[in-house]
Amino acid sequence: MTLKACTHEKIISKGVVPELRHICAKILCHIQQLRYSDDDLFAIHLAMEEAVVNAVKHGNKQDPARNVVIEYDLSPEKIDLWVTDQGKGFDSDHLADPRLGDNIYKTCGRGVLLIRSYMDAVEYNQSGNSVHMVKLNSKSACEADKSARA
Amino acid sequence: MEEVKPRISVYYAQNATIVTLADEKILDDEDIRALEDSIMPLIDGPVNFVIDFSSVNFLSSAVLGLLIRVSKRINENKGRLKLCSIGPKIYDIFKITRLDEIFDIYPDVKKAMQSLK
Repeated sequence: MTLKACTHEKIISKGVVPELRHICAKILCHIQQLRYSDDDLFAIHLAMEEAVVNAVKHGNKQDPARNVVIEYDLSPEKIDLWVTDQGKGFDSDHLADPRLGDNIYKTCGRGVLLIRSYMDAVEYNQSGNSVHMVKLNSKSACEADKSARA
Repeated sequence: MEEVKPRISVYYAQNATIVTLADEKILDDEDIRALEDSIMPLIDGPVNFVIDFSSVNFLSSAVLGLLIRVSKRINENKGRLKLCSIGPKIYDIFKITRLDEIFDIYPDVKKAMQSLK
């Protein structure tokens, strides 16, 4: 199957992690077809995993009756991804830093740090129940850089 | 027959218990609980414990939580924990979260074992 150059899709799913992982796997297949690097795929996979688990566990409080929406815009240059839950949201600006002090010994609280570290841009909506993540295709960015220098 | 996950292998060498994580991906809560249920009973005293990540090429932050629980149990029992054979992509996760500063990480099982002498 070949993928058209740009894809937009919005998927509304039950807020159940295995189903959401299945959707993430399909999205990763689409990304792979656009020749994103292995490092990009790893980063997007990890960010989606953390975002989806956060949406189900912390957002929807594991209520399977609540949905999670995954929406994405994919092009050869970048992917925009949104993961939205039906929870109350949280204040992403005032999360404890899991790297500091005794937080480093805590057994949870690293998901948002990983999302922010692996994606090129991350933004939560005002209520905090939706995260917008952007990853640039590093191969495409590298080729553009070479062309500009040529 | 349905494959039972997660798979680990355990062997004992010199003065250490070496646990090899056999799955390439460790994500599911169920897998992590099963891993914990397999590993925790092995920490029944001041053990020298080595966890070998050579087969693992993807994990989530939930696995880091498990490692911290394992580390706490080992410390409570006055044992020692060494991690080894962590590939570069996974090692980055440890660096980003600064867990590379609290875990003893070695390039391979041999070096991890040597550190326990």
